Amino acid sequence: MAGAGGGGCPAGGNDLQWCFSQVKGAVDEDVAEADVISTVEFSHSGDLLATGDKGGRVVIFQREQENKSRPHSRGEYNVYSTFQSHEPEFDYLKSLEIEEKINKIRWLPQQGAARFLLSTNDKTIKLWKISERDKRAEGYNLKDEDGRLRDPLRITALRVPILKPMDLMVEASPRRIFANAHTYHINSISVNSDHETYLSADDLRINLWHLEITDRSFNIVDIKPANMEELTEVITAAEFHPHQCNVLVYSSSKGTIRLCDMRSSALCDRHSKFFEEPEDPSSRSFFSEIISSVSDVKFSHSGRYMMTRDYLSVKVWDLNMESRPVETHQVHEYLRSKLCSLYENDCIFDKFECCWNGSDSAIMTGSYNNFFRMFDRTTWRDVTLEASRENSKPRASLKPRRVCAGGKRKKDEVSVDSLDFSKKILHTAWHPVENIIAVAATNNLYIFQDKAN
Amino acid sequence: MFARRLKRKCAVDEEAAPAYSLQHQSLLDMSLVKLQLCHMLVEPNLCHSLLITNMDQQIQEEMTQDGRWCMPVPQTTGWASRDLLVSTGILCCCTWEGVHPAPEPGDLASEFHVVPAVQAPGGSPGGVWGRDGPRENRGSLHKSLDQIFETLESQSPGALEELFSDVDGSYYDLDGCYYDLDAVLTGMLGSAKLSKDGLDHVVDILVET
Repeated sequence: MAGAGGGGCPAGGNDLQWCFSQVKGAVDEDVAEADVISTVEFSHSGDLLATGDKGGRVVIFQREQENKSRPHSRGEYNVYSTFQSHEPEFDYLKSLEIEEKINKIRWLPQQGAARFLLSTNDKTIKLWKISERDKRAEGYNLKDEDGRLRDPLRITALRVPILKPMDLMVEASPRRIFANAHTYHINSISVNSDHETYLSADDLRINLWHLEITDRSFNIVDIKPANMEELTEVITAAEFHPHQCNVLVYSSSKGTIRLCDMRSSALCDRHSKFFEEPEDPSSRSFFSEIISSVSDVKFSHSGRYMMTRDYLSVKVWDLNMESRPVETHQVHEYLRSKLCSLYENDCIFDKFECCWNGSDSAIMTGSYNNFFRMFDRTTWRDVTLEASRENSKPRASLKPRRVCAGGKRKKDEVSVDSLDFSKKILHTAWHPVENIIAVAATNNLYIFQDKAN
Repeated sequence: MFARRLKRKCAVDEEAAPAYSLQHQSLLDMSLVKLQLCHMLVEPNLCHSLLITNMDQQIQEEMTQDGRWCMPVPQTTGWASRDLLVSTGILCCCTWEGVHPAPEPGDLASEFHVVPAVQAPGGSPGGVWGRDGPRENRGSLHKSLDQIFETLESQSPGALEELFSDVDGSYYDLDGCYYDLDAVLTGMLGSAKLSKDGLDHVVDILVET
């Protein structure tokens, strides 16, 4: 399926028309490195949207409920909680800094009033509890209203503290810290469908954790060779199956995906399934391995398919067929002739993510120039849209964009040579149920939704 | 006369293998710079280094197979990139070995590779991950590392310190993008075990540059 730019029909349904909803973040031309968004994730119900940035902060947005007095703000996401998840650390043994950048955020399924999420940087995973407090206790016996302790000997009568309403306060507190289990950089975390365990993956190993236990984890995948000189590939992403708690997949820098069943052995060094598409010899180049490296792998909600993102394409795989993907969607094929330049400026190593819509009928991924691509699996149509402040009028429809790969450039087309490679959309998220998408463009978070929504 | 003829022949052949070989060489040079830059950043990205190294090797193989290339093949480039990859792995590795308890034979949990999370002061060196132990010391690098280390040690008790005594260990950019190689060297001195392996690769980098 080719696509240098899109047809006029938006993906996600024939009648779907994407329009601008909100944009979060500063407008400054000079973007502070710490403010660059590094991960975006909707909660399981979609009412909360979490972002992590390179400064180690997590910002959670909450969707507003319907309010008759403010009908225009229905469905808007507003800041719910902000907290510093990770701080920069210094490894004194190696004299190297451990970045505070949040690599991934994953929500835990909601089980009570409080919400829980996992956030990770390169080395440490943290479990955060986000809870609301809208009442405070007054009338303590041992301390005054201003918190000063009272002399117990002077207390002559006891009273029962009473709860009084207060302004809503959202508290984020670290409940667990899972540290010192990864030698290499953590690239993935994934909560298991048993709601008790989760995996964390770095370049060479995957560990299995129990959410209640922080002082140990089980190593379930280890691809480190005896001699590092023999190293040929690394783990790039990993995820648990959405329904089968014993199944996980991990992708590699050589473009392969391995499915492992934890029931078969304690150490899943031997895969149960091996997914690899034969290389097309006609398109082979020195950069073939680099561009085949899988940057993201995501199971479909149904659990029957999985999607992988490499540098130029998105592929959908049927778990029952290992020999080749069932679908291949070209994201920006026009970049194939520019690989040398992209290697020089390191853009070829950019790790794009991908995501499914709630019904698995559409997929989305990012590109350069603040473009992002959506592919409708039902109609086989695709569209290129842009996250831009210029198109940020409320409820303004997004106009499909086209990239001119060569020849005469038509009106409204963007030439490949004029693409801004510093404006890259690496992180996107799709609401689990509705047609609402969150797109991270450097330090700005754009929220789009379909007009009918 | 003979030398002149050889020179002229080479010149003709050079013209016949122009941009193709130059592109190979420029890619190799670019890759080496990237790998060295990786080591100056906050803890090197193994995936990044590996992809560059693999591409390097592919170019090397093609250059050696290509008979038109008459200038000496830069044999050291591929080795340098492999060495830098190995040192990337070493830099990422922990050095706290032998801390984790051996699993009980009759224990069901022993079927799993349990990774204890060791709380270390001042950071996260990583703990012991079982398989890191003896494997780290295998390989052809081991003997040469020992020889170089012993050579440095034998000069004087404080040979290592003297070698890097003029390195300003305080020069590093906390805000930034990367640490000066000096700071990396200084940091590696702090770990008696790590410096043995890492020092050799650092010396290699110095020699290469």
